[in-house]
Amino acid sequence: MMVKQNLQLDAARRLKHFLSIEGLSKTILTNILDHAETFTSVGERTVKKVPLLRGKTVVNLFFEASTRTRTTFELAAKRLSADVMNINIDASATSKGESLADTLRTLEAMQADMFIVRHQDSGAPEFIARQVSSGVSVINAGDGRHAHPTQAMLDMFTIRRHKPIFENLTVAIVGDIKHSRVARSEIHALKILGVPEIRVVAPKTLIPAEIEKLGISVHHDIQQGIEDADVVVMLRLQKERMRSALLPSGSEFFNTYGLTSKNLKAAKPDAIVMHPGPINRGIEIDSAIADSKQSLILEQVANGIAVRMAIMSLVVGNASL
Amino acid sequence: MTIHETLDTTKLLNEVCEQLKGHIRHIDPNKLGFIGIHTGGVWVANKIAEELELKANVGELNIAFYRDDFSKIGVHPTVKPSQLPFEVNGRHLILVDDILHTGRTVRAAMNEIFDYGRPLSISLVVLIARSGRELPIHADVCGADINLSKGEHVKLKGPEPLRLEICRDS
Repeated sequence: MMVKQNLQLDAARRLKHFLSIEGLSKTILTNILDHAETFTSVGERTVKKVPLLRGKTVVNLFFEASTRTRTTFELAAKRLSADVMNINIDASATSKGESLADTLRTLEAMQADMFIVRHQDSGAPEFIARQVSSGVSVINAGDGRHAHPTQAMLDMFTIRRHKPIFENLTVAIVGDIKHSRVARSEIHALKILGVPEIRVVAPKTLIPAEIEKLGISVHHDIQQGIEDADVVVMLRLQKERMRSALLPSGSEFFNTYGLTSKNLKAAKPDAIVMHPGPINRGIEIDSAIADSKQSLILEQVANGIAVRMAIMSLVVGNASL
Repeated sequence: MTIHETLDTTKLLNEVCEQLKGHIRHIDPNKLGFIGIHTGGVWVANKIAEELELKANVGELNIAFYRDDFSKIGVHPTVKPSQLPFEVNGRHLILVDDILHTGRTVRAAMNEIFDYGRPLSISLVVLIARSGRELPIHADVCGADINLSKGEHVKLKGPEPLRLEICRDS
């Protein structure tokens, strides 16, 4: 039988690119979380920098706007002592007629060691990973509706710091599941790490077809969906989707699916609330909850730096062998 | 790998403590800080601090991010993160490791220490200094100097009891 080679792994099954959570082992995910734990201590020192990636060049290649993902990647690379270039490619670059492959070759000629790629099309980081030469790594910083694996890992890290045993958890993911690459990556990560109960909560129009096949349950009532949950992950309601009449209005969504202190009572009393940001206060989450003790939204941002440091140093380390 | 010889750790520890007492006799105990290098150095540092009845906290250093062989072997498997429970600035540091060999670990450790601050001084304490130095680094306090060939290794097992073994590639 032909075994499909996972593009992310080298012959010794070490991580060489980080494109998607799918196909990775529990050992690899746990290793990332353990490394991130060590990198957290670097952020607490006077000099928040280690020399691991000294002399390496990291290119942030963003085809789609992003603030927190790009800045945390940039900060993570800088804390590893890498040189960082930020390239935002908008429509104008491609309108000059240069193809993606040519753009890449140009950047590679500048001796880049790693590309951090965000793209509006699913599969673009994988396409790039197939193009780059052998010592170069690619990290997916979000592609279309497909995946956002570093966000999933930082959420796993945040969960583990508060609820250390994945095997005991009930996790509810609430909001626009259909358009969310974060939701997809999170579901895969939670599954691989052994979370026994994963629920998605959203109106029918925002649930992708056949999502139950991933081994999760689907709920359309928020109180039912988050009942006895240990972790509630709220997703950003992508307002631009409202135009396509998938939803009536933001306030109506809030009335039915918004996380309020009343709804949150259905979850366990010590439940934690997460959100990948940016948050829409009063649409998917009530301000009082977003700013409450149960909310880990700002901790997620801080953890994002350590987790991205861990992933970058692992893939660059393995790619240079 | 075959175990060739086991060394008397208690005797080596006593020797180190005796020498160290002399070495630090002019230093204000409040300005002392012990730092063990993971993993063996932490065990030894704890023993020494206990023996000398110095209540100074023992810091732990994990030099994985400062090693010079990243491009050869990638990121090291992580042990615990570094933890220095005291201010490095203005302190006399006693840097403790189990074995001094090439000197590269000590180089990495000193680089890391300076990312925490500027100590007044750093002294190097090791249980064993073996032959094979590749950098101009020498121990200030050392239990014993031994000559080993390339195929021979010293390894500290622990933490309770501490056991030093000399092994030979078979």
